[in-house]
Amino acid sequence: MSDIRTVDARGLSCPQPAMLTRQALQKFDKGTVEVLVDSGTARENVSRLAEKAGWAVAAEEQPEGSCRILLKK
Amino acid sequence: MSSISRFLTSRWGPIITGIVVGILAPVLVKLGNPGNMGVCVVCFSRDIAGALGLHRAGVVQYIRPEIIGFVLGALIAALIFREFRPRTGSAPLVRFLLGMFATFGALVFLGCPWRAYLRLAGGDWNAVFGILGLTAGIGLGIVFLRSGYSLGRSRPAPTAVGWVMPVIMVTLLVLLIAAPQFGRDAGGNPTGPIFFSATGPGSQHAPLLVSLIAGLFIGFLAQRSRFCTVGAVRDAILLSDFRLLLGVVALLVAALATNMILGQFQSGFEKQPIAHTDGWWNFGGMALAGLAFTLAGGCPGRQLFLAGEGDADSGLFIAGMLVGAGFAHNYSMASSATGPGIFGPSVVIVGLIICVVFGLTMREVKA
Repeated sequence: MSDIRTVDARGLSCPQPAMLTRQALQKFDKGTVEVLVDSGTARENVSRLAEKAGWAVAAEEQPEGSCRILLKK
Repeated sequence: MSSISRFLTSRWGPIITGIVVGILAPVLVKLGNPGNMGVCVVCFSRDIAGALGLHRAGVVQYIRPEIIGFVLGALIAALIFREFRPRTGSAPLVRFLLGMFATFGALVFLGCPWRAYLRLAGGDWNAVFGILGLTAGIGLGIVFLRSGYSLGRSRPAPTAVGWVMPVIMVTLLVLLIAAPQFGRDAGGNPTGPIFFSATGPGSQHAPLLVSLIAGLFIGFLAQRSRFCTVGAVRDAILLSDFRLLLGVVALLVAALATNMILGQFQSGFEKQPIAHTDGWWNFGGMALAGLAFTLAGGCPGRQLFLAGEGDADSGLFIAGMLVGAGFAHNYSMASSATGPGIFGPSVVIVGLIICVVFGLTMREVKA
């Protein structure tokens, strides 16, 4: 089991959450990547991008209002 | 309700929003709005700036209910779907200036990206130069994004911060309905502090309630679907993501069809409503606007929807648009039907230089 890599995209404007996620997915090409976002738009954009690249996507709301997206391949 | 939301956040959302805008905008023209200006975020902000007396161009003064509706419709959607999230702190002053320069550029072309597409759908071929310029500006913005450009992070803010822009919009609605006219002009006619055009585009408007409801409906849909006319081109080029672009295509097709049905399609370069034929500055103005919108994270409509969600940085971008519209008309930077204003070309060049400096220098500062 490889380490979890984290991308913190909270508070960033479009399209930066998707760009940072894409960079991470290209760099690690498999394993588990955790992306933190705090808007519905970023959550959808990150999920769509990851699914298209063949990663399994699971999102869970965090108590403070942000969202943790786990990407696995 | 949640199934509607899921549908709107799916790939169909922007397409539905685009179709609704594409139908409603020409209908609003039929009901009284200026030609090919069923919805134009920049032109309408300019009219609001005029109504508030920030400029005294007597032909473009009216508090446009569509703008109020955009913010409040997005607010309603954000409240229902728990996305109202007050936030601020991502380089607010830079966003204010980007709003100003985007408006300078768009008023040289005479329209924001929404109106550029609506003008094209009405047969105004001058819009082609504007859309090419817009695409070039977005392309330049993408170069900066790829090289690490960022305005930094916003932070959660107190609830009151998120309500500022919605409350300003409600205030505008009250001023529109109350229409206070306490002053007297040279001829003794009532005037100010809120100004309403007696002639010209500012005097042309659909009935208040129709405009407001159309704005509310579009604002609601666009908040859910994340509709953005600049993100459309940006995401297609940068991320090969065509979700938003399909929304713009839907808008174009629906507006073209509706204009045909209503007998409003008139093709050509000459004598188009509220437009000029200077291709170079149609291109240049929109290149500046496209760059400024891209650096700010979205088109002017999207900034209104984000402000409705509680994003005070987008609220400040809108404030920049209103102030910019005031400057643009006070200092002869805005175009007219005869061509660019005296200082239009120079402000485009200055604006491009300033936006390029932002593009090269704004980076996230790690704590």
